[in-house]
Amino acid sequence: MDITLLIFLLSGLALGFALGANDAANIFGTAVGTGMVRFYTAAIVASIFVILGAVISGAGASHTLGKLGAVNALPGAFMAALAAAITVFVMTKRGLPVSTSQAVVGAIVGWNIFSGKPTDSATLTKIMLTWVACPVIAGFIAVPLYLMVRRIIRKAKIHLIRLDAYTRFALIAAGAFGAYSLGANNIANVMGVFVSSSPFTDFVIADKFVFTSVQQLFLLGALAIAVGIFTYSRGVMMTVGQDIVALSPVSAWVVVTAHSLVLFLFASQGLEQFLKGHGLPTIPLVPVSSSQAVIGAIVGIGIFTGSTNIRWRVLGSISFGWVLTPIISAIVCILGLYFLQNIFNQQVYF
Amino acid sequence: MNISNRRFPSLFGRAKKLESQIDQFLDKVTEAGLIYNSALLVYFDQGPCDDFEKYLQRILTVEESADRYRRDIETKLYEHTLIPEFRGDVLELLEHVDALINIYEANLFRFSIQTPKIPKVYHKGYLQLSDTAILCVDSLILAVRSFFRDIEAVRDHVTKVMFYESEADQISTRVQREIFASTLGLARKRHLAYFIEHIDELANKAEDISDILSILTIKRKI
Repeated sequence: MDITLLIFLLSGLALGFALGANDAANIFGTAVGTGMVRFYTAAIVASIFVILGAVISGAGASHTLGKLGAVNALPGAFMAALAAAITVFVMTKRGLPVSTSQAVVGAIVGWNIFSGKPTDSATLTKIMLTWVACPVIAGFIAVPLYLMVRRIIRKAKIHLIRLDAYTRFALIAAGAFGAYSLGANNIANVMGVFVSSSPFTDFVIADKFVFTSVQQLFLLGALAIAVGIFTYSRGVMMTVGQDIVALSPVSAWVVVTAHSLVLFLFASQGLEQFLKGHGLPTIPLVPVSSSQAVIGAIVGIGIFTGSTNIRWRVLGSISFGWVLTPIISAIVCILGLYFLQNIFNQQVYF
Repeated sequence: MNISNRRFPSLFGRAKKLESQIDQFLDKVTEAGLIYNSALLVYFDQGPCDDFEKYLQRILTVEESADRYRRDIETKLYEHTLIPEFRGDVLELLEHVDALINIYEANLFRFSIQTPKIPKVYHKGYLQLSDTAILCVDSLILAVRSFFRDIEAVRDHVTKVMFYESEADQISTRVQREIFASTLGLARKRHLAYFIEHIDELANKAEDISDILSILTIKRKI
């Protein structure tokens, strides 16, 4: 591969690295933070399933991003991913809740504005509605799941020690599913902008399986996520597990499962086809925020169990981020594209 | 891969073994109660004798064995970071329960060393108090077992613990009143009351543990 291509892909890989470092904690944070699952077990499981999710099921959500704006030049895609990465970095540094999905969408809209291409308002509306729906649906899934698990545990009269063993196993299984869904849904954030300008070509494995250029791109992005998981997620997992939300391991399982189901719903092409085939309304395949799905699930359980510890101000700042993140990202992207085009003489769109 | 291969099969096997060790530890408390009861029956029937000393030796063995189980459970809970949110509480609970065996043992030692001469007229009261205290401890053990397996049943057993503790208090007060109303010398009265207080201590300790257990149960329900 040309070294220039690799340099252009670096911004996407940096996004992948950040995603692995932060979002793996949504899946395994409580499990690792409380000592239920060892960090290396979590990291291995998360990495394998993130890669599988991205390569096997990553196309759906990327397709929607493509409809929003097909970033057709590699330097343009580089800047869109970089703008998203800068936005995420700055907002995180300032302690504002930020989602990579929202930053990437803002960057694509920024590219559309800069290149004079129209932004599909129907797709944009669909994506933004999905962001709001994501935590709400996670909450609605978490409550019955929580009730069901609580009922089963009480009825089954499982010994506390055996329940602990079952919970560990269930946390690993839910973590694997969560990682798969994260890879499937969020690879669009990492590599989605590069799809239209993918530097790879399809090749056939054993005369049977076609390993598409997009899948190769996603594999590269997923590897960056895995590196992020192995190198930086440990600290975030310990923070999530011990400091921010004190979840019991069983509640953590409910939250991770609800989160994973939501990410899966918004990424599964198979489910989309099934619903379409049965004449049912389909669920848009959109990259959503893993963190906000987790928060939605926790708040759902909190409201249901009458917990008074819900910090509404935090929820307010999340909805504020839905608007602020894409705007900042779009502005950064437009400025970056201007510099890339006029100072570095790069063709940022065709 | 190595990690998961080693970890999953041992995870359930280890849990099963630990469950059985906790059960065996609690069995030791019940066994200690039975030995204690038999020892007191022998003492009140025959006074200090070889049979009583044999029971004392048996309770010593049970106490050592319970200690071994408790230490092993503690080590395993910490070594394998099991039940992270309850580990400290469970260890505290088991240590308190272990203290009940120590009270059984210490009371028999007191009988063995001090060989109190208890007038026959008070025998019934002493044995009644001892029976009630043992019932109190047995109910507590059922409550502890329920805490591990059937959280909803804890309350029923804790209610029984409280009932038996109150009964033991009443018996203790009644017998002590009878002793102090008698014509015995003050030193003898004090000596007899001392034994009543220590037999009653079992029920008091069981009630204290049931209070801890009630809080733990609320925590587990959340």
